[in-house]
Amino acid sequence: MFRDAWLMASKDLRIEWATRVGMGQILPFGGLVLILFGLAISPDLAVAGSDGRSLLAQAAPGLFWITVLLASLLALGRSFAVESADGNLDALKMAGLDPAGIFLGKSAAVAIQLLALQVVLGLGAFVLYGPPLTDLVLLLVVVILATLGITAAGTVYAAVASGLRVRDTMVPLLVLPVVAPVLLAATKATEAAVFGPLENGWSWAMLLGVFALLYAGVGMLAFGPIMEES
Amino acid sequence: MTSTSSKATYVIGWAAIVALASSLLFALVLSPPEVSMGDSVRLLYLHLPTIAVSYLGYGITFLGSVIYLRNQSVFWDLLAGAAAEIGVLFTAFVLITGSIWGKPTWGTYWEWDPRLTATTVMFIMYLGYLAIRRMDLPQEVRSRRAAVIGIIAIANLIIVRYSVQWWRGLHQGQTLGVDTQLDGLMLFSLFLSVVAFLFLGAWLLIHRFRVAWLERQVEDMRLARALNERRGEAGDATLGGAVS
Repeated sequence: MFRDAWLMASKDLRIEWATRVGMGQILPFGGLVLILFGLAISPDLAVAGSDGRSLLAQAAPGLFWITVLLASLLALGRSFAVESADGNLDALKMAGLDPAGIFLGKSAAVAIQLLALQVVLGLGAFVLYGPPLTDLVLLLVVVILATLGITAAGTVYAAVASGLRVRDTMVPLLVLPVVAPVLLAATKATEAAVFGPLENGWSWAMLLGVFALLYAGVGMLAFGPIMEES
Repeated sequence: MTSTSSKATYVIGWAAIVALASSLLFALVLSPPEVSMGDSVRLLYLHLPTIAVSYLGYGITFLGSVIYLRNQSVFWDLLAGAAAEIGVLFTAFVLITGSIWGKPTWGTYWEWDPRLTATTVMFIMYLGYLAIRRMDLPQEVRSRRAAVIGIIAIANLIIVRYSVQWWRGLHQGQTLGVDTQLDGLMLFSLFLSVVAFLFLGAWLLIHRFRVAWLERQVEDMRLARALNERRGEAGDATLGGAVS
């Protein structure tokens, strides 16, 4: 299973390396969303009772995670778009790959791309919105756990929405309500990491971890029936 | 068969009408107003039964999905789909009545109340489930994917509910309907309206299921006819070839 996962992940990452869809299209899209938020929420608005922080800085954690979610939809859609052509999924099964391995591999590939994306988008959010930073360790833990949760759940639903004549509009409808708790927990934990105090932040991070674990289990179980054709 | 009704649905339908009419009488006329909420408590007799029916619908969807994955029973697949539709319909109703109820109780149509927020997310989640059932895929593939999602949806419900609860937990006001004082007549009215809406839900579910069943039958017949026509064409072609 882990060997299959490794094969899938390295295949997907090689495709990304060759086509640069993530770096060339999804990353600029994410950057654009960050800028559009700045235009939508005036940078001159200040929040009362928050040490004179701007509304933009105060909302930065939530805006960052919305941006990540939108970018992840594109990455997830892309992850299965490359499989739906030419009966690729059938070929994978005929090759005797374990469905759980395919699931783990595809989620891992998306997770690695999303993490790379978030390094750039995160720096962008700090520069553009100007929030403070209290605890880098918590922030990194949150980023990793939230990414695992988004990709595990997202991969299950993107697989359900995959097929030659479907996808595109289905992925957002299916994935966003499911990852709503991730948005909630990641935003709360990130708020703790940037503004402090920290204690609640770690419990929200725990919730992110539980979510990721749960969906990793669900995906490994569900991928067999999802991928089976006719 | 030209209709989706039968003797059973006829009885259930009439039972629903009678029960709804009498629960209307009890909810609006016979039961007293509540001490703190006043007359707006009467929305409870509409709100609670509808959410009960929608949860029941999602429960049937879950059950049908589990059974479908085990034995590929068309019956349970269609029943799961029909129950989800009834669930979504009643959830929409719950959101609307909840919002109307929110105006006199909270002073606004929308409050970031955990129950309301989680119910709205749940509503959209099941809209997604129904969208899967309409995807342009081979029938079995679509049914199997829908079944998987019909099962996971229950876990999602719990996570969404729990996280939203935790999110609002720190500054949480009063939620609808929980800490109200209900006397005997009010409890009876509530019970009656739950029964009435259960009949209504069952009636809708049976009809919706039968429509889905007939649709499936038509689909299969079309397929069979198309196959026969192709076979006929193929037969003619070989015949023609032999003659010339």
